Amino acid sequence: MLNQLAGVGIGLLLALAVGSALLARARHAAALTYGASALICLALAGIALQALGAGGAPGVALELRVGMPLARTQLGFDALSAAFAVIVNLASAIVSVGAIGLGRHVREQQRVLPFYPAFIAGMNVVLLAQDAFSFLIGWEFMSLASWALVVSDDCSDSNRRAGLVYLIMATGGALTLLLAFGVLAGPDGGYAFGQMRQATAFAPAAIVLVLALIGAGSKAGLVPLHAWLPLAHPAAPSHVSALMSGVMTKVAVYGFIRIVFDLSGPPAWWWSIPVLLAAAATALLGVLHALMEQDLKRMLAYSTVENIGIIFIGLGLALTFKANGMAVAAALAIVAAIFHGFNHSLFKSLLFLGSGAVLHATGERDMQRLGGLIHRMPLTALAFLAGCVAISALPPFNGFASEWLTFQAILLSPQLPQWIPRLLVPAVGATLACSAALAAACSVRAFGSTFLGRARSEPAAGAGETDPWSLGAMLVLAALCLLAGVLPGLVIDSLGSVSELVVQGRLAPQSGQPWLGIAPVDAQRGAYNGLLVFVMIASAAAVTALIARRFASHALRRSAAWDCGFPEPSPLAQYTPGGFAQPIRRVFGSVVFRAREQVSMPGPGDTGPARLRVELHDTVWDALYAPVVRAVDATAGYLNALQFLTIRKYLAVVFIALIVLLVIIGTSR
Amino acid sequence: MSPIEADVAHFLAGSLVLVSFLLLYQDRMFALLNTFALHACVLAFSVGWQAWVQGAPHLFITALIALVFKGVVIPVALHRIVVRLGIHGTLESAVSIGPTMLFGMGLVALSVIVMLPVTEAAGAFVREDLSFALSVVLLGLLMMVTRRNAVSQVIGFMSLENGLVLAATGARGMPLVVEISVAFSVLIAFIVIGIFLFRIRERFDTVDVQVLDMSRGESS
Repeated sequence: MLNQLAGVGIGLLLALAVGSALLARARHAAALTYGASALICLALAGIALQALGAGGAPGVALELRVGMPLARTQLGFDALSAAFAVIVNLASAIVSVGAIGLGRHVREQQRVLPFYPAFIAGMNVVLLAQDAFSFLIGWEFMSLASWALVVSDDCSDSNRRAGLVYLIMATGGALTLLLAFGVLAGPDGGYAFGQMRQATAFAPAAIVLVLALIGAGSKAGLVPLHAWLPLAHPAAPSHVSALMSGVMTKVAVYGFIRIVFDLSGPPAWWWSIPVLLAAAATALLGVLHALMEQDLKRMLAYSTVENIGIIFIGLGLALTFKANGMAVAAALAIVAAIFHGFNHSLFKSLLFLGSGAVLHATGERDMQRLGGLIHRMPLTALAFLAGCVAISALPPFNGFASEWLTFQAILLSPQLPQWIPRLLVPAVGATLACSAALAAACSVRAFGSTFLGRARSEPAAGAGETDPWSLGAMLVLAALCLLAGVLPGLVIDSLGSVSELVVQGRLAPQSGQPWLGIAPVDAQRGAYNGLLVFVMIASAAAVTALIARRFASHALRRSAAWDCGFPEPSPLAQYTPGGFAQPIRRVFGSVVFRAREQVSMPGPGDTGPARLRVELHDTVWDALYAPVVRAVDATAGYLNALQFLTIRKYLAVVFIALIVLLVIIGTSR
Repeated sequence: MSPIEADVAHFLAGSLVLVSFLLLYQDRMFALLNTFALHACVLAFSVGWQAWVQGAPHLFITALIALVFKGVVIPVALHRIVVRLGIHGTLESAVSIGPTMLFGMGLVALSVIVMLPVTEAAGAFVREDLSFALSVVLLGLLMMVTRRNAVSQVIGFMSLENGLVLAATGARGMPLVVEISVAFSVLIAFIVIGIFLFRIRERFDTVDVQVLDMSRGESS
């Protein structure tokens, strides 16, 4: 029954896409489309929550008579897809509400509206698919719809380039997934997931691991396949960026879990090594890039890369533990990963909506030109601050809970029998700690330079509070972040059936813990009580405020002005985001970014300013992608001559090809 | 098939290859047309001999088509076109005659090397016939590639087609319909190409295809 309802929901989304394509120029088309998307997503989230509560697939899967020959399209929930469907649809619903406000500002509605519901429908098809064909069709649908959204504003060169890079990477990723399913299907070619679980693969399962890591990793933004992500995510309108960053990456994570944990049989212990290495590199590189970035939305996109790293660290740990039969530890790691995915979908959507609000209020994405917005947009600032606290993994918000769970899993690594993961996992943990600290610095920098201080530019000084729809969406997201952080036990318990399905293990139910706390392994090893921390923080703050108000002296005192770090009245003399990142750039930059600083002093008598020039390189792009681009360019330039041959020369080319083939036949016999 | 019959068939098919070399060697317009007529006649004889040997009367029709159309009608018509256009003169070649001939010999060797192992299942006679036919096809292509003049390219194309007919009759069993349609397509190709020749001539005052390329803004 739930499967059928979910199918109806997807059908409604597709119908909405068609309808809004026809009526995109109508007056309230945007508000209607986003509103309807929000309602459908909310319903889908409710259905998925039901399915998750029931632990998977009550009733039969929804079979459709459409799709590939020899393979019926099967849609249905199991615990894993239900969990991710909750994540995807909940965030999509709230973002859609915000989009009612933010989406009005898009110039050409007909280029955004039809693809928005189609994009959400594609993601839902991926999650519900019970066979490889519908999975891949949904995957491509999601990729192409989001590509269309990325290039919806194709006025700037950078957006067009982002679209091109994204399209290439998405196609490559889908191709590798196709190959992975081909290997999994085995010689009999059973493409339903049920058949795949039983099939004997005709190639080593490690090939599947590599293909899944490339295919799903490129969509999620795993280093070094992340190159498209910081280009494409910010290029889309802000509410779409929220979906792409907050939600679509989770679909990629789902794809990885589905293939590696569910379909490809019992893992070998060394499978986790490439996953952990890539994940640790992703976390660290992502946050370092985010710290160097001046553009608010690009900074958020890089921070998505970092969070994907954290999620994949959890997945890598779960692989190790599962391979060694440590079911509870594996359950802890996978719950931590999915929990962090859920959290990231909330706070990243919140932050992108906030950046969209800032963008529309000021027309600026460059943090260097913002500042002081807390006075003009107080509620946006409050919601954004909540998002920043959550993403920095500070209690009592949700980011802390999931990262704490990940660290609990890391602390179980000494029980592993192999020495390589025993050495590797703590190193990964150190990297994770380092990137968590850097992420905190990153959000301090983002919030500080955007909302605090004084306005650095004219538009920032004249900004006004954003519309009530997006404000409401942001505040709801902030409240959910707080709620998930205060009551993590609820989330952990509801993910029990998922870990049962994926790693055949289950954490002890947390609802029995006193005061709504959590103690995933046992109370001696580690326990956390979000509620207690929240109450403590709240009461301490209240008491301090009370003391300050009640008992402090009310007498006024006039004294000479302390210049407070502002000897110059110009707002340009404030601490800049570039300056804030400089110490970190000096520590990591020379290796990771090949950073170079150059100070050019004006000559004697010259009244011009001294200049500091910073040169940063994207080392991954330079090392991996630039050679490919150059090779393609050179080959294309070389082959271009073939376009302008004479008829006789074309004939000669055919003739020579024929001769060569004949020679090959003649000599090979 | 008695040895003498096979020998005659080989002799005729081999002659066709030889005449293909003659075609490659020609550097004057009328001589080229006459040689092509000879090419078609040899083909007609070869097909006729096959018809006699195999006892396949429909092959006589093929032979007749080859003799009438390719041996008489097309050469005469091309002859008249050439006279009317006033383009009889020496033919320019992109690659000079000597290397072309050497290369052609290489092609014959190649087709023998390729064909003999590939068709092991077939009878000895068919195998050699097929390698002769492939040689004729390759030599026709070689002519199209190495000649600059549009008329020689047309002749090259038609000699290539003769090679196909030879292969088909040797392989016993090409239905008449196919042969007639092939004959018609060649005729239509001839008409189209003839019209093209006139048009090219009208516009460019020459049928040297290099001039056409120059008019596209390129030179080679």
